[in-house]
Amino acid sequence: MRFKTKIRYDFVDNRKKFYIFSSLLVTLGIVSLLIFKLNLGIDFSAGTTMDVSVEEGQFTNELVDEILSPFDYNISKTIGGTNNERVSLRFGEELSNSQITEIQNTFKSQFGEQTHFEVFVVTADIARELAVKAIWAILIASILIMVYVMIRFEWRFAVAANLAILYDCFVVVAIFSIFRLEVDLPFIAAILTTLGYSINDKIVIFDRIRENLRFTSYKNEAQLSELVNASIWQTMARNMYTVLTVLIVTVFIFAFGSESIRLFSLAILIGLISGAYSTLCIASTVWFDFKRKEKKKVAAKPTP
Amino acid sequence: MIKKRLFVFITVVVVLFAAMVWTSPSILKNVKLGLDLKGGFEILYEAYPYEEGGTVTAENLKKTANSLAQRIDKTGVVEPVIETEGTNRIRVKIAGVEDEEAIREILSRPINLTFRAPDGTIKLDGTDFKENSASITYDALSRPAVSIELKDGTKFGQVTSELLGQYLAIYLDEEEISRPGITEVIASKTAQITLGQNATIEEAENLRDLINMGSLPLKLEEKYTQSVSAQLGMDSLNKTVTAGVIGSLIVLLLMVIIFKVPGAVAAVSIITYSWLLILVHNLLGATLTLPGIAAFVLGVGMSVDANIITAERIKEEIRSGKSMESSLKAGSRNSFRTIMDANITSIIACIALYFIGDGAIKGFALTMIFSIIVSVITNIYLSRFLLSQLVRSKAFMKPKFYGVKEDEISAL
Repeated sequence: MRFKTKIRYDFVDNRKKFYIFSSLLVTLGIVSLLIFKLNLGIDFSAGTTMDVSVEEGQFTNELVDEILSPFDYNISKTIGGTNNERVSLRFGEELSNSQITEIQNTFKSQFGEQTHFEVFVVTADIARELAVKAIWAILIASILIMVYVMIRFEWRFAVAANLAILYDCFVVVAIFSIFRLEVDLPFIAAILTTLGYSINDKIVIFDRIRENLRFTSYKNEAQLSELVNASIWQTMARNMYTVLTVLIVTVFIFAFGSESIRLFSLAILIGLISGAYSTLCIASTVWFDFKRKEKKKVAAKPTP
Repeated sequence: MIKKRLFVFITVVVVLFAAMVWTSPSILKNVKLGLDLKGGFEILYEAYPYEEGGTVTAENLKKTANSLAQRIDKTGVVEPVIETEGTNRIRVKIAGVEDEEAIREILSRPINLTFRAPDGTIKLDGTDFKENSASITYDALSRPAVSIELKDGTKFGQVTSELLGQYLAIYLDEEEISRPGITEVIASKTAQITLGQNATIEEAENLRDLINMGSLPLKLEEKYTQSVSAQLGMDSLNKTVTAGVIGSLIVLLLMVIIFKVPGAVAAVSIITYSWLLILVHNLLGATLTLPGIAAFVLGVGMSVDANIITAERIKEEIRSGKSMESSLKAGSRNSFRTIMDANITSIIACIALYFIGDGAIKGFALTMIFSIIVSVITNIYLSRFLLSQLVRSKAFMKPKFYGVKEDEISAL
């Protein structure tokens, strides 16, 4: 054994299991996206959202239906808040200012002047534009990251890292699709945060692999595997502590932060967990598979 | 020498905390909050020309924006933000308004004053009148009227001679205000708009103000609107900040428990980092939005990470049997590269976000970029400086102060 690090679990040897698990998750995500699609918020699908919160009284499904009964709109509603004092309404229509005022007045006549509103109206062409911009943002960011990693490390690290971070982003999208959670503009920010955090993790572990490569040489696959495993275990403490601390903060914001930011922090939470997993089980092992093939070629040359 | 190091450490920490306590109230007061936190509304307009075949140019878009700004100023709203976006859009942000309805009504009205012939053709329009020239006058029977000045007197002469014996209708947008008959050719530079038999002074003043607000060169259509009541905004702010602060404090406590001396140093740096980040945010005049707060708190996570990487690395070096001082040196040097690579890649992701996203997303990306830069400065340089003072003071020489057990250390 050339590394003093204790290898408690052989990630490289078990990589096929992780590949299968992740492929299943990705397949499930693709199927879900094809069947359920994404539950697009009005940021991406046009329409109106109105959040109503009252200081006195609470909402029930029947009450909200009754209040909205005079209006002939395509409405879906979610009641929330600690005491059901908040309701989110989504209208398929782009409501005009006077239509909005009309609805607001109806609520005010029921709950008094101390009724607060948060209203978004988005038209179809802007919604499309936002969605296209979002996809561009992710693609451009990942290409730039890949170029940077390629310059600082080598192409195998860049491809392995990019594969893993795109996987993390996809997992977040897939889970939002599977559980029918609403995708809005801050969701894109959450995906990009996932991307940023996830690449952070990959860099830390790749940096360690690079360092170990510099100080030791490997002759066969088993030694390369040991090198990767040792690098994973050398950075394990840091990975765990970092994930734990960020998780604590995110869980707090998720549980006690404002409702408007709840789905945003949930997306980050999913991204963080997936990021921690893909660092250990995907990024380093994919790199190992790339590197393994390179060694074979070199070894094959001398034999005529 | 030994005492001196400890003294430097304590002085730096005390001065830092004193500065934070002293400046924090005014810094926090100066934080510019976004609409989602303090309440208000935001409208994204798309501009179209009034006539068919007309075009939206950079010039008339700018004019339209200026005219919107003038109108908002007249309503007494403070600090509106009006920006042109792309080739044909104008974004308006207004905070803390009681009567949102009234302002939106005023903003979207074209307010186009036109003088029309009986057959409806427009003889004089907004461009023929001097800007801001409408004023109150009284006619022969001392009824209030509004007089307006023309840029070119000869044009009025032409129109009146052409329509002699008929009438010249005065329209505000599509509404006829009055229809004075033309009994003689008027070659003067001023025209009077009478308001009928029972006109009140209020009516006249109202019309004067509307005309002076200036016409909009372009037709505006609302593409995106967001409005948040001040109460909801404050609520969001309080909840999210409280959750973030409690979460961060727990993390700091864990840092001290797990990493001991480097953990305590990290706690000092992270608190300094938060203070510095708000300060930088204020100096650059950036606006804090709800996703911005999230970025801020996530920035805390990143700084914690930078400290953890360093602390873990120092642990490793101690375990390998190096002396405290060389462990610190090697640990800092080796972790620096990792932290830089990790942070630069994150900044790259944020820059892409900043240039592509808009509105709240831009705010998020900007906060994230600041937070990474400030984090690198405080968590690498400040942490390292403080830690080196402590190590050289020789007050904390035992490995257990760094979270390393004696039996883990291998002999060199």
